[in-house]
Amino acid sequence: MILSLLDTISRWAIPVLLLVIPTLGLWRKVPVYEAFVEGAEEGFTTAVKIIPFLVGMMVAISVFRASGAMEVLSQALQPLTARAGVPSEVLPLALMRPLSGSGVLGMATELMKTYGPDSLIGRIASVMQGTTDTTFFVLTVYFGAVGIKKYRYSVITGLTADITGFIASVYICNLIFK
Amino acid sequence: MLNIIWLLLLASGIVVAAVNGNIEVVTEAALGSARGAVKVCFDLIGVMALWLGIMKIAEKAGMVRGIALIMKPIIRRLFPSIPPEHPAMGAVILNLSANMLGLGNAATPFGMKAMQELQQLNGHSDEASEAMCTFVALNTSCITLVPATIVGVRVSFGSVNPTEIVGPCIFATAVAMTVAILLDYWFRRFSRWRRIP
Repeated sequence: MILSLLDTISRWAIPVLLLVIPTLGLWRKVPVYEAFVEGAEEGFTTAVKIIPFLVGMMVAISVFRASGAMEVLSQALQPLTARAGVPSEVLPLALMRPLSGSGVLGMATELMKTYGPDSLIGRIASVMQGTTDTTFFVLTVYFGAVGIKKYRYSVITGLTADITGFIASVYICNLIFK
Repeated sequence: MLNIIWLLLLASGIVVAAVNGNIEVVTEAALGSARGAVKVCFDLIGVMALWLGIMKIAEKAGMVRGIALIMKPIIRRLFPSIPPEHPAMGAVILNLSANMLGLGNAATPFGMKAMQELQQLNGHSDEASEAMCTFVALNTSCITLVPATIVGVRVSFGSVNPTEIVGPCIFATAVAMTVAILLDYWFRRFSRWRRIP
């Protein structure tokens, strides 16, 4: 019930915003089309500004992924995490979560195909996919848009949130679905 | 911090590839993803232009400031360094709402707009301000009420109850977000990274 309501909201949100904002704008005597174009112009420059940041980050991440370094790291961590009740199949997912949004979706899909969406592994994969964001993408794009090069402590905050989200996902799934 | 992580990702990848005897993978991945990054940015241009255009209308009509005023009590505690009537607040709120509704393609442009406003308060430094760090922390851990993508994947593999993961998702994100907010607060107040005014 609540879910279908939320679903409706997310389906209607964009059309409603696209109608309400310009209508209200015109009512408040804003030259809406001119204002739109003026704002849209910024979109181009901002998107172009991110390019160097995103190239730097995506190259490092994709070399790390493609080389198999992630599997090595995941095997090294496995004895530790196995004790905490983490199925070894979902560990690579946790390592991928902060690095690549499309990568993690691909891995989660693969796990569900192999083990089924209603298995414990499939459920943990689903919850992890829906929890936290791709930290490095957010950092790169947001700081890149304004030319910030020194991220200070925000890398630690973001990664800690990812680790916490992962632990919480495994914990809640073991609690509810086991 | 980021310098080290960046180098570690690259170097460990190259070493592992060398040990495994498939070094050519590195070249392929590096060149391919460099091209891919530009593609991502180009795909962003249209969406960015659309939402920043709409946002400009909202700004000129005074709506962004209005939203900021309504949410002032909560937001002021998270961002003590931003004047409550500053347009950055409106953009921050729009971004977080879009994130919660799972409207990723609207959230990113609003987020960038917020960063631009915050950068003006930051005196155009190349170092992140505290408000920026808090904003990014909220963003990397934001609650999504409708994880539509993953529910879709579950449906496609014939799950009996595809939406049963929504509750656990909200729980796990809430935990992550709480930790992010507390840690960010700690950094701002007590760590050696805090800025002496």
